[in-house]
Amino acid sequence: MNLKLKIWRQSDANSKGKMVDYPISGIEKDMSFLEMLDVLNEELVAKGEEAIEFDHDCREGICGTCSLQINGEPHGPDRGITTCQLHMRMFNDGDTITIEPFRANAFPVIKDLVVDRSSFDRIQQAGGFISVNTSGNTIDANSIPVNKHDADNSFNAATCIGCGACVAACKNASAMLFTSAKVSQFALLPQGQVEATERVMNMVKQMDEEGFGNCSNTGACEIECPKGISLENIARMNREYLSASLKK
Amino acid sequence: MAVLDSKTPQGDIAKQWENYKNNINLVNPANKRNIDVIVVGTGLAGGAAAATLAELGYNVKTFCYQDSPRRAHSIAAQGGINAAKNYQGDGDSIYRLFYDTVKGGDYRSRESNVYRLAEVSANIIDQCVAQGVPFAREYGGLLDNRSFGGVLVSRTFYAKGQTGQQLLLGAYAAMNRQINRGKIQSYTRHEMLDLVIVDGKARGIIARDLISGKIERHAAHAVVIASGGYGNVFFLSTNAMGSNVTASWKIHKKGAYFANPCFTQIHPTCIPVSGDHQSKLTLMSESLRNDGRIWVPKKKEDAIAIREGRLKPTELSEQERDYYLERRYPSFGNLVPRDVASRAAKERCDAGFGVNKTGEAVFLDFASAIERYGKEQAAIHGNNNPSADEIRKLGEEVIANKYGNLFQMYEKIVDENPYKTPMKIYPAVHYTMGGVWVDYNLMTTIPGCYAAGEANFSDHGANRLGASALMQGLADGYFVLPYTIGDYLSQDIRTGKISTDTPEFEAAEKAVVDQIDKLVNNKGKYSVDHYHKKLGKIMWNKCGMARNAKDLADAAVEIRELREDFHKNVLIPGSAQSKNSELEKALRVADFLELGELFAKDALHRNESCGGHFREEYQTEEGEAQRDDENFKYVAAWEYTGDPSKSELHKEELEYKNIELKTRSYK
Amino acid sequence: MSGMLNSTIARKVAMALSAIFLLIFLLQHFIINFTSVISETTFNELSHFMGGNFLVQFLMQPILIFAVVFHFVMGFYLEVKNKSARSIKYVNFKGSANSSWFSRNMIYSGLVILAFLVLHFIDFWFPEMNYKYIAVNPEDPTRYYHETVEKFHNPIRVIAYVVSFILLSMHLLHGFQSAFQSIGFNNKFTPGLKAFGKAFAILIPLGFIFIALFHFFNQ
Repeated sequence: MNLKLKIWRQSDANSKGKMVDYPISGIEKDMSFLEMLDVLNEELVAKGEEAIEFDHDCREGICGTCSLQINGEPHGPDRGITTCQLHMRMFNDGDTITIEPFRANAFPVIKDLVVDRSSFDRIQQAGGFISVNTSGNTIDANSIPVNKHDADNSFNAATCIGCGACVAACKNASAMLFTSAKVSQFALLPQGQVEATERVMNMVKQMDEEGFGNCSNTGACEIECPKGISLENIARMNREYLSASLKK
Repeated sequence: MAVLDSKTPQGDIAKQWENYKNNINLVNPANKRNIDVIVVGTGLAGGAAAATLAELGYNVKTFCYQDSPRRAHSIAAQGGINAAKNYQGDGDSIYRLFYDTVKGGDYRSRESNVYRLAEVSANIIDQCVAQGVPFAREYGGLLDNRSFGGVLVSRTFYAKGQTGQQLLLGAYAAMNRQINRGKIQSYTRHEMLDLVIVDGKARGIIARDLISGKIERHAAHAVVIASGGYGNVFFLSTNAMGSNVTASWKIHKKGAYFANPCFTQIHPTCIPVSGDHQSKLTLMSESLRNDGRIWVPKKKEDAIAIREGRLKPTELSEQERDYYLERRYPSFGNLVPRDVASRAAKERCDAGFGVNKTGEAVFLDFASAIERYGKEQAAIHGNNNPSADEIRKLGEEVIANKYGNLFQMYEKIVDENPYKTPMKIYPAVHYTMGGVWVDYNLMTTIPGCYAAGEANFSDHGANRLGASALMQGLADGYFVLPYTIGDYLSQDIRTGKISTDTPEFEAAEKAVVDQIDKLVNNKGKYSVDHYHKKLGKIMWNKCGMARNAKDLADAAVEIRELREDFHKNVLIPGSAQSKNSELEKALRVADFLELGELFAKDALHRNESCGGHFREEYQTEEGEAQRDDENFKYVAAWEYTGDPSKSELHKEELEYKNIELKTRSYK
Repeated sequence: MSGMLNSTIARKVAMALSAIFLLIFLLQHFIINFTSVISETTFNELSHFMGGNFLVQFLMQPILIFAVVFHFVMGFYLEVKNKSARSIKYVNFKGSANSSWFSRNMIYSGLVILAFLVLHFIDFWFPEMNYKYIAVNPEDPTRYYHETVEKFHNPIRVIAYVVSFILLSMHLLHGFQSAFQSIGFNNKFTPGLKAFGKAFAILIPLGFIFIALFHFFNQ
């Protein structure tokens, strides 16, 4: 396949970036999207040019490191996958592909396609935990039965990989799906009840301080989420937040 | 050759850990506030250790090269975590888990460490549930278990195919709680590039901020290395792209012995390599072997026809297929341990029966499971005369319920529907049992420098059983290190803050800066990946699943030459003062190029076959591994003496007082 | 409770509650208007009641005005906030791949509705206020029908109404279910609620269009 890539280049956080065209040829259908970028980088390095910086690590869709807005969509046109799982067979010979960093003020660009998602970490630090000491002196794991349905839903919410596609897809750059996934995981478990009020209040407060937009329920996040995290989690967080703020 | 002291407590193995804990020195809470600990790596071992140490009151700094602690590669573990809870009442016990782990490791692990691991395993589950880890549950609301390869009980706790993710997010949450309290300072996108030793003790690290390129000094009273394994020395592995040996290797060069580097686990069920562009291999959970049957064609012509696309695997009759695992190992069949299954696949492919275009793949076939489940379901639904289509449909539903996400992942990568045509699989490098040598305290041979999780060598011997890596990481981090490190730090209550303004830090920093300057100013011809791929090829072909003396000797020479070439001709565009992934890779590959040589040396010296280490010269007539307990029942711990080829061997003799040494047999 | 409107979620909930109130108002408005197609007398009676009832005039009407103003002001405020959450725009943003046009353009459908409301106020509300409270004309319980119908004799106005109602429909197609999601309602009844919302969003504006066209063609 021969392709025309339009890629965002930006030398550091403070400089202005721009889209740069890179024609590329000899791409095989079986390559993953990131392997295609590897090929491009090999070519650039051979010419002594700086490689294009992009985030990636596990390349099996679980670590949440890879990002990229590909042809206007986070993780590209395929569904239920991350960029590292996107394969070139989704594209056709001669296609033009635009590749941009995830855009949000809360995700400032570090270099080229690499963005800083530490705002997500700070939301988690504000309350995304259960305060239990890791002493091992806890009660037996089976002493509190958990309804299977709740446990499964809690798990489904917990599968969020924190990649930021929800923010990138949202026209408002809202982090509601991300935040609500963690709130829901704990809201659905008995272990999470004790701190429920503080948790949701603190996490939402931090989310707002980071400069994410409001949710306007377009549902783009749910569609683009590589792990299929449901909008139900956002509704649940809204409920949790309402009842928490009535208690406070 | 010195004899290594494992500092294993004396007495009854079942009481050792308890006695140990009762007799160690403790640090009082007021003093803990004045003690700093550095943790490098934030996976299960590092994340858990950091959280617990911070909770105890120490000031912790964590370092990870990823953009968040949550992305450590522990996250990719799929199957589950073992624990001797015996919730199923199927006869499990601490002893049995201990026994299975030692036997699974082909009798090359340290009894006391493994026993302790089995002992604290139950606590891990309690802890994780309390932290809100959503394990799979039964309809009654209690925790569910599944069974894994190589054992006779169901002791594996799991969260669908994402157990590692859920456990890591649990540890990450525990870390977040401490970050929120100000007890952990988390340094992300930082790579440790050297260890600083002051007066013979580990007192800090030199790290590079991967964004600004700034070289930083960080001091502490103790340093924990939990940076994972070194499978990426093979270039292609199931490890994350960034997984590296650098932290372990740097401490090795500063005096920590490196143990059993040749013990590498090659996992049998991975998606085969599709071409030269391949950057990474994807693992398919071992659980697939519960229902999948592994085969290649009986006749070479058929294999060739399949390779060339002239024949479909489904067109071959049962008589034309060779279910080689069932043939060779009638009692364990497709569920033999990983090392055995991997070698058998290689044997068939080497003999010319491989089934994809590279000739390096075998089939994993679900057709008979689909039929079996389909018939079962039909009977359950009261359909006594189901058609073939109905059976297929019902059977596929069962398979989809059990392995749906794996099948989907396979289809996305390979573009073939595994419900309709058998999967193609091939072994891939997955886990390294070898690592930094540690004593019972998890302390390396450098005082104050610890190694935990996959980075150390301690618990899995020559082969790791499924679902044990997560157990070890969390055990080390949550329950072992916090005690053992406290005992060591009790001597440090009067030390006060460690200054970074000392000649030792100065020298370490200068060495790092010099190495980086040399690399970026090299202006050579070839990219880092060029070298990494070459190294990978040497490792895979000569130090891979089956090894022999000649290849290993050649490999050592070739790696050495490659390393020299690398330092002459590597090309790294861009500067060291900004984010530069080529430079990051170069620093890692430079270490892999040294480790690779030691790896070959270790494999060459170990004249026996055991676990993941298979030497072609040492096999039985049926082609099974032949262990040599008389001469090699020891841990090979290598001391760096300025050059990997001249590393000095130290032996830790292994004693088996509680388990009888036996030949592993899965026939 | 104080300072609750400082958080994104609280603002969204407030937005949703005002929306739900407006939905109810819209339904009520539609029912009364629809009687104009069926019976002049009923329409006049109902209008007379609404125009003269103290509770309606001095409690419900101010609440309604507050809700309308709040909904618009908050809508604009959120839009500005949301736009500013991504100051560097994408070169290529393919919203159509993952969300409906309506959901992404609530501000534009909202603006059209606002423009319509201005027209609507000029047409009805200001004359009505003038009639009752400024000019203090004597009440004629039969005046409403003719006042209303007369407005629909102008084809330009009818077209403006029809276009506005189409945009209203679009606004509701997203807005109805969005309001419920915002207050945390998402459960097994949601698919049903969504279907109902869709019907509401199409039928009510369609009904208004029908009324306008009915009076235009029956002049």
